[in-house]
Amino acid sequence: MEDRLTAILIDSFPKILIPGLIRTIPLTAISFALAMVIAVAVAIIQVADVPVLKQIARFYIWIIRGTPLLVQLYIVFFGLPDLGFMIPAFPCAIAVFAINEGAYCSETMRAAIESVPAGQMEAGYCVGMSYLQIMRRIVLPQAFRTAFPPLSNSLIGMVKDTSLAANITVMEMFMATQRIVGRTYEALALYMEVALIYLIFCTVLTKLQSLGEKKLQALNGGAGNA
Amino acid sequence: MLEVRGLKKQIGDTVILNGVDISIDKGDVVAVLGPSGSGKTTLLRCMNYLERPDAGEMIADGRTYDMSSLSKREIAEYRRYTSFVFQNYNLFLNRTAMGNVTEGLVTARRMDRTKAQKIAAAALDKVGLSDKYDAFPSELSGGQQQRVAIARAIATEPKIIFFDEPTSALDPELIGEVLDVIKSLADEGMTMLIVTHEINFAKNVSDKVVFLDEGELIVEEETDKFFDMQDNDRVTRFLGTLNR
Ligand SMILES: Nc1ncnc2c1ncn2[C@@H]1O[C@H](COP(=O)(O)OP(=O)(O)OP(=O)(O)O)[C@@H](O)[C@H]1O
Ligand SMILES: [Mg+2]
Repeated sequence: MEDRLTAILIDSFPKILIPGLIRTIPLTAISFALAMVIAVAVAIIQVADVPVLKQIARFYIWIIRGTPLLVQLYIVFFGLPDLGFMIPAFPCAIAVFAINEGAYCSETMRAAIESVPAGQMEAGYCVGMSYLQIMRRIVLPQAFRTAFPPLSNSLIGMVKDTSLAANITVMEMFMATQRIVGRTYEALALYMEVALIYLIFCTVLTKLQSLGEKKLQALNGGAGNA
Repeated sequence: MLEVRGLKKQIGDTVILNGVDISIDKGDVVAVLGPSGSGKTTLLRCMNYLERPDAGEMIADGRTYDMSSLSKREIAEYRRYTSFVFQNYNLFLNRTAMGNVTEGLVTARRMDRTKAQKIAAAALDKVGLSDKYDAFPSELSGGQQQRVAIARAIATEPKIIFFDEPTSALDPELIGEVLDVIKSLADEGMTMLIVTHEINFAKNVSDKVVFLDEGELIVEEETDKFFDMQDNDRVTRFLGTLNR
């Protein structure tokens, strides 16, 4: 009995880890990268008070934050085909995760940008820089430093949220585990095993976060922003 | 060289500046004095368009501009010839002393980096910070930060520098080093408009005083004459509060 369980756990380890490496991690990385692009753009649109676009940005954030991620996945994957839009599962998951995470991260970025003292912008104007130059070279780097811990938090959350993609047939870690459980009926041991792998991924990210924070600290010259 | 007429600024229902006229000649050091809340900061900010004036004319380089309707491009063009030194320095916090000075040269003026660094080094040497090129603002004292800010202001070779209480955020023992730098600029003939509460400094360094009270320019007078003034109640009251 014991031997059988050990054998299953050992045998399943690569079968879970490999989907983790080729699905969970790319899904997280690509979605998060896209989410950051969305977040910065949406945050700047709001801070810069761009008419019309600002209203669209608020509407987007309202919708995304007000509806469950799982429902969003279902609408895009199972719903849109009714309108003739068939999107393969993996790109679909990337799109939904990016759009979803982008809404949350844009609020993080907006708060971080607003926390940069107004004097930074004024000093930039006074040396002749344009709004976008000051944003890109002075304000955003400082805002990123403030936003880095909460953004890391979001990234770590996202690693785990990707398990929801199993619901739309993406063969990621969690779905791989479910398949093996279906064959072996060792639910407790196998779900513990996949939990452990998620934990390892997140632990690595946590370590990277502290490294990143140190690095950013140095880039901005030590002590506080204020 | 630079003249402002009828400058008005209102915030909500409060009139902050009520038709201020001021004229500055090349090489003038003009001290802006007045009680707290009289509108000195607002005047300077309006003159560099950090606040949008509600009305007023500006005459610069022989051309007259409507201050309330200047376009973004015109403001940017005007700012090429001005610099601003803030009360709380406002150094770029993610740049070293050197980076603070080169930033405007490289990004706004498209100067090549090596040349910008040469100019920045000269400016930092001039304010006595030749050993602090690579220090971040967080690693500098208030007086040093303000001197970096002055280096940043002179590096762009402005025609005029606006100073808003450049020493009032400083510990008393650091004020001297900053005033010395400003004095040396005055000696070189730099045109400056300086809001200050350092009365002795104003007395010794400025050519002219403008006195603001409740958003109005009450007196515009040569420095020596201003401090001998007996016939203006508001001025004598103001000078009286200082001597107490
Ligand atoms: N954003 C604002 N909203 C409302 N009132 C303002 C605002 N900014 C300034 N004021 C008012 O405008 C007046 C002039 O302010 P300003 O800062 O120009 O004065 P100041 O002469 O620089 O004073 P101080 O010597 O204390 O620096 C003050 O009465 C102030 O309360
Ligand atoms: Mg003031």
